[in-house]
Amino acid sequence: MELLAQQLITGIATGGIYACMALAVVMIYQAIHHLNFAQGEMAMFSTFVAWQMLAWGVPYWLVIPLTVALSFVGGVAIERLIIRPLGDAPVLSHIVVFIGLFAIINSLAGFIWDFTIKPFPSPFGEGSQFEGLISNHQIGMIAVTMSVLVMLFLFFQYTRVGLAMRAAAENPASARLVGIRVGWMIALGWGMAAAIGAIAGILIAPIVFLEPNMMLSILLYGFAGAVLGGLTSPTGAVFGGFMVGIIENIAGTYIPEIGGELKLPIALFLIVTVLVFKPTGLFGRTVVQRV
Amino acid sequence: MSMLLEVTGLHASYGDFRVLHGLDFSVEKGGISTLLGANGAGKTTTLRALCGMIKRSGTIRFDGNDIGGKATEDIVRMGVAHVPEGRGTFTGLTTEENLQCGAMTRRSRAEIARDMEQAYHWFPRLRERRHQQAGTLSGGEQQMLAIARALMLRPRLMLLDEPSFGLAPLIVQEMFSILRKVNQEEQVSMLIVEQNAGVVLELADTAFVLETGDIVMSGTAAEIRDKETIRAAYLGY
Repeated sequence: MELLAQQLITGIATGGIYACMALAVVMIYQAIHHLNFAQGEMAMFSTFVAWQMLAWGVPYWLVIPLTVALSFVGGVAIERLIIRPLGDAPVLSHIVVFIGLFAIINSLAGFIWDFTIKPFPSPFGEGSQFEGLISNHQIGMIAVTMSVLVMLFLFFQYTRVGLAMRAAAENPASARLVGIRVGWMIALGWGMAAAIGAIAGILIAPIVFLEPNMMLSILLYGFAGAVLGGLTSPTGAVFGGFMVGIIENIAGTYIPEIGGELKLPIALFLIVTVLVFKPTGLFGRTVVQRV
Repeated sequence: MSMLLEVTGLHASYGDFRVLHGLDFSVEKGGISTLLGANGAGKTTTLRALCGMIKRSGTIRFDGNDIGGKATEDIVRMGVAHVPEGRGTFTGLTTEENLQCGAMTRRSRAEIARDMEQAYHWFPRLRERRHQQAGTLSGGEQQMLAIARALMLRPRLMLLDEPSFGLAPLIVQEMFSILRKVNQEEQVSMLIVEQNAGVVLELADTAFVLETGDIVMSGTAAEIRDKETIRAAYLGY
């Protein structure tokens, strides 16, 4: 029983990270209808930036807002300089650009900080609560991801900019006709996605350790979460992220054949299953395109 | 009377395919003009060209300013509200959110709230549906919503693309009587594109007849209405 509770908590904690990555992917997907394969690498780079600042002796409470702000600017810059010039280029051009971005960011991180695995301190310190049932870091992860998700929900639901972003994603032509600057809304979405990714990276780094490939599997779980919940639904993506986290941990513990090694294929298995049986995901809706 | 919108030599094309061949038309301050014509005459293209949604050349003067090279968002911010073909509803947002989008370029919350009330006053059905997803509204309600959303901009000029399309005659009558009131009480000028010439000629004061990208006839709405030959040849009623 205690094992189950522990695994559930671990699942929710990592699920929060997947939910953040899934949400970042969905935000960009909603705006430009392409999957950003470089989302994880952007988050990884942000985490290295945070690590570098910590190494320089900047206090943790300052590192997090600084990293988030820098990542936001970086995300906007990537959209303005690389994605926007692509315009309506075909799907394959986008994929190639995303793979290129992936490789460039990955190698750049390796070039600057090399490929050795580095420990990353938790902002919430060591130790655990409830007789070892839940670690301080896990409590912090759950608290931070939950508050980020709630804040994003409030932002999209109750602010004018949030409404403008939703309108721009749903119907760009109509959005322009009410005076919304659609291009900037997309850039803003990229900035926010990068910022969310940075938070996810900083929170997961103490667990998976810091190295240029650290986000590879995390993003895959994020994709699985996004597909499970539906790429057209931010709420669904968040739900999917948590589900993937829980499924991954429970299955890894209770199905001996899966164990620790075969956890990753669960993500792929989920993606394939959802795409075969319910391509729109649990919360998604079919997008009808008028030709 | 002075002109709010003055268009001379408007050309537009989709890729290499030229659709408009130098149109001249205008809308008076406080007036209602209509562009009539059959399918494919270039009516929708004309409105899109005015709003900068497609490449165009020629002079487009709005209240004395040349808007021929401006981006859509900037033209909208000058007070030109376009009710597009197919209504352009944000189907995933609620009715109220759609209306809020219409006021996106405005600052004063108090004024926006007042105009929202005014919109519900014009279109009481929308108030009943305010928290409903706009995609679930009926065709007529969505058309009302599109007009209400355009009014939330406090526009000086409204461009309406076939507002009667696909609607029952009674609803069309109701909508046009609201448009008339909006025009008279709030001094909103209008350029209405229509196939349904009979109804719109009752409302408009000036009419332009469009055929395959050229204006072949223009005059007061009464003149166009009374000419049997025009009616038979171009307007089909």
